[in-house]
Amino acid sequence: MHPVLKTVLQRLGLGLLTLFVVSVLIFASLEMLPGGFAEAILGQGATPETVAAFNHQIGLDRPATVRYFEWIWNILHGDFGYSYAGMGGSIKRSVTALIAPRLYNTFFLAIMTAIIAVPLSLFLGIMAALYRNSLYDRTVNAVTLTTIATPEFFIAYLLMFFLAIKLKWFPTLSTVSESTTLLEHLWRAGLPAITLTLVIVAHMMRMTRAALINLLSSPYMEMAQLKGVPRREAIMKHALPNAWAPIATVIAFNLAYLVVGVVVVEVVYVYPGIGQLMVDAVSSRDMPVVQACALIFAATYILLNLSADVVSIITNPRLLHPK
Amino acid sequence: MTAQAPNIRTVRARRSFLQNARRTLATAPFSAWFGMVIIVIYVIAAIFAPWLAPYGEADVVGKAYQPAGSEFWLGTDQIGRDLLSRLIYGARNTIGIAFLTTLISFAIGGTLGVLTALRRGWLDQAISRVVDAFLAIPVLIFALMLLAVAGKSIINLILILALLDSTRVFRLARATALNVVVMDYVEAARLRGEKMGWIIFKEVLPNILPPLITEFGLRFCFVFLTIAALSFLGVGIQPPTADWGSMVAESKTLITFPVRTFPWIPAPFYPAIAIALLTVAINFVVDWFLHKTSGLRDEK
Repeated sequence: MHPVLKTVLQRLGLGLLTLFVVSVLIFASLEMLPGGFAEAILGQGATPETVAAFNHQIGLDRPATVRYFEWIWNILHGDFGYSYAGMGGSIKRSVTALIAPRLYNTFFLAIMTAIIAVPLSLFLGIMAALYRNSLYDRTVNAVTLTTIATPEFFIAYLLMFFLAIKLKWFPTLSTVSESTTLLEHLWRAGLPAITLTLVIVAHMMRMTRAALINLLSSPYMEMAQLKGVPRREAIMKHALPNAWAPIATVIAFNLAYLVVGVVVVEVVYVYPGIGQLMVDAVSSRDMPVVQACALIFAATYILLNLSADVVSIITNPRLLHPK
Repeated sequence: MTAQAPNIRTVRARRSFLQNARRTLATAPFSAWFGMVIIVIYVIAAIFAPWLAPYGEADVVGKAYQPAGSEFWLGTDQIGRDLLSRLIYGARNTIGIAFLTTLISFAIGGTLGVLTALRRGWLDQAISRVVDAFLAIPVLIFALMLLAVAGKSIINLILILALLDSTRVFRLARATALNVVVMDYVEAARLRGEKMGWIIFKEVLPNILPPLITEFGLRFCFVFLTIAALSFLGVGIQPPTADWGSMVAESKTLITFPVRTFPWIPAPFYPAIAIALLTVAINFVVDWFLHKTSGLRDEK
């Protein structure tokens, strides 16, 4: 088998294994709840009979392993179970129906941010690496360090204060519904996207710069310079093929970081995304929703890192041209 | 032939710790000095909070939203508590909790990391695989989920974040310790029958300390920002305990008031700036420390 294919398959297998272990972790965390859910939902005054009936209703009286595989089986078919909110009554709200529109909103925001942030930060990072220790490099470094050190919600409020309240370019709250048109959605999601872009660009630019400086100081680059290869050709032919892997890693790492940043930013701008849903569910201890959100976030995170690994493998010159 | 030591000049006395410290500090760049001064101010504020703060942490001492003046230097918050006092107590609570969390995570992660590097075998394999799974989930997401399970309290917050963070520490401690455990002096210590505790804390740990200290600074920043974010989301430190993250959350609506009709109160900005300043300060000091201990020289 070709070494590239073999390594890719190995990596995919490892990724699936991680996903499995993560799902077990998420499922197991539910089991650790002291006192059981029935009490948490029905209150302290619930009689043992009601508790037993409730446990039977949501299937908590069966062995954990059976419930785990049933849970996974249902999720693979797009069924995340029912929200605990309204569980005691007659109205059942399926988690899938709760999550679906919000997942779309979150991906909308994430993709919008990625389209702005990735090219911008790669450009800034490559320039900083090529002209390192220049005035430009130092300025960008200081600015990005400050951005990284500042909590996301603070950046969000600063932007809200200046862009939405002082200049009135954007609405202060990014409420969108299903009837919102695409253009209006773009406008309303503008402020959250700018906030996330600022945070991500800082990280991504610094990492790109570090990876490239590491690359540019390697012995073969010095060799190329010594044997008289023009700088442009040295970068295109010697540096770039080796740079794809670190750049892919940087992009995936930061898009994964976006997954986390989205939670805080959605809460700030009251953007109806999955992050806000998760925070609300944590406050009301609506476990099926929390689990579903955690699983979606974790799966996205793992898949992004996995794709970065695959890109690094298939662009690796040493693997592409085996001896 | 008489055995005569080839020592002709007298050896200068070794510099004392204080002299060494002074020499090192004299060469510190401005950014490191700035960082250290800020950190010292924060630590003083945190330790002496009850004496420094003009009012109590949760005391309602005035009317709501009073502007800054001679009585309340930074004004009052939404139910009339003094903002300056809450900021100072916030230093104690936020930094204290973050520091404790980082300490616990280093105690667990560091010890386990060195131990697995020494022992290898199935224990190493088992712990490493579990840690890999933990690393595959973002800390904030996992912390949110565990807080939903365990319930919101400061003890839970500290334990959950320490557990999640120790997986990151474990990775670094194990990786750096692997380079040290193959050294001859570790082998010698084993052969002369030293106990595991001795080997971990007297032989290996001092040799992997510089990267661990650097990591401590960075992990502290990370934990600190995560706690601020969780408190901001309303699932971290709960009121009335003064905490910078929840202080921003409590006063966030203020900035959306129209400026003309309502005098803009910069209440949400004070705690947020306090968070940012400390993180920048620690980063500066860590950068300098890294530079010193890694033996990196400026390229030129």
